[in-house]
Amino acid sequence: MMNVMRLFGGRAASAPVARERLQILLSHERGRTGAPDLLETLRSEILSVVSKHIDVDPDKVVVRMDRGKFVSMLEVDIEVPNGVQRSKMVAAT
Amino acid sequence: MAKVLVVTSGKGGVGKTTSTAALGAALAQMGQNVVVIDFDVGLRNLDLVMGAERRVVFDLINVVQGVAKLPQALIRDKRLENLWLLPASQTRDKDALTEEGVKRVIADLKTKFDWILCDSPAGIERGATLAMRYADEAIIVTNPEVSSVRDSDRIIGMLDSKTVRAERGERVEKHLLVTRYDAGRAARGEMLSIDDILEILATPLLGIVPESQDVLRASNVGCPVTLNAASSAPARAYTDAVRRLMGEQVEMTVPVQRKGLMDRLLRRRAA
Repeated sequence: MMNVMRLFGGRAASAPVARERLQILLSHERGRTGAPDLLETLRSEILSVVSKHIDVDPDKVVVRMDRGKFVSMLEVDIEVPNGVQRSKMVAAT
Repeated sequence: MAKVLVVTSGKGGVGKTTSTAALGAALAQMGQNVVVIDFDVGLRNLDLVMGAERRVVFDLINVVQGVAKLPQALIRDKRLENLWLLPASQTRDKDALTEEGVKRVIADLKTKFDWILCDSPAGIERGATLAMRYADEAIIVTNPEVSSVRDSDRIIGMLDSKTVRAERGERVEKHLLVTRYDAGRAARGEMLSIDDILEILATPLLGIVPESQDVLRASNVGCPVTLNAASSAPARAYTDAVRRLMGEQVEMTVPVQRKGLMDRLLRRRAA
């Protein structure tokens, strides 16, 4: 097909190339740009659940995502001070 | 109920300002009360495209900072009495716009107008995020070209995460407006087709504005294309887009330039 078009002096269609490059690029970019928002959502929801029961410092809640080729690792790191204070919210109920 | 619409794209030069002017005018031509706001602080151009550049006294930042009252800054279009412009400022201080200030201005405009069209600056920085912040709906202006489609994808992601509606768990309704489209080149495989763009961006299509010299001619004379050349292909595309925005079912076509002999003769004479 391309050769026939070349024979008639036309150039090979470039739109299919554009389309394919975009599809590959955007599938990568969507994963990357989506990540920080997902992590932030996870962080805030984990924080709200945990702090229902224990008093934690919001700055000491770390959520990380390591993207591997086959599986990704979600790491949640919450620092709880010694002599844990049970959250007042729970204590009251 | 007033609707807040942001006209955005990420990439510059794809036709945001031209489209804002044309869509605003088309809505006003259909009897709606419309205000168009220029959010491009420092590089304002909507006033120029609408032919109101010599009538700007106060601007959006003056209103946000309380230097001027909203009615003092609003400029009424000379051709359409229900079309108004709130110009941007030429001050270089981009931080002069605050989220709180913009919120107040938009809330105020909502009591006076049916449609509030926010012309976003290019980029993904503060100006662009503020323009989309309070939007109910978004028009993403895209050219059939790789860099424009990529940037539109970024902007779509931001509309889904950085707007007030998104933060409340609601949706900002998104519409794709493809501009500078050349159906012939797309058919020959030289340009991304509408189907290609829709498949990649997965966003409903609002309209297809063909590449046309009428668009440049309209901005040359400072008159929205729907007013300056009402029967031209781009004007019909914008008018159809507006009818779809208002909920009408309009068949999706790529308007073509009518090129009859008389048309050509008349065009020569008119030009």
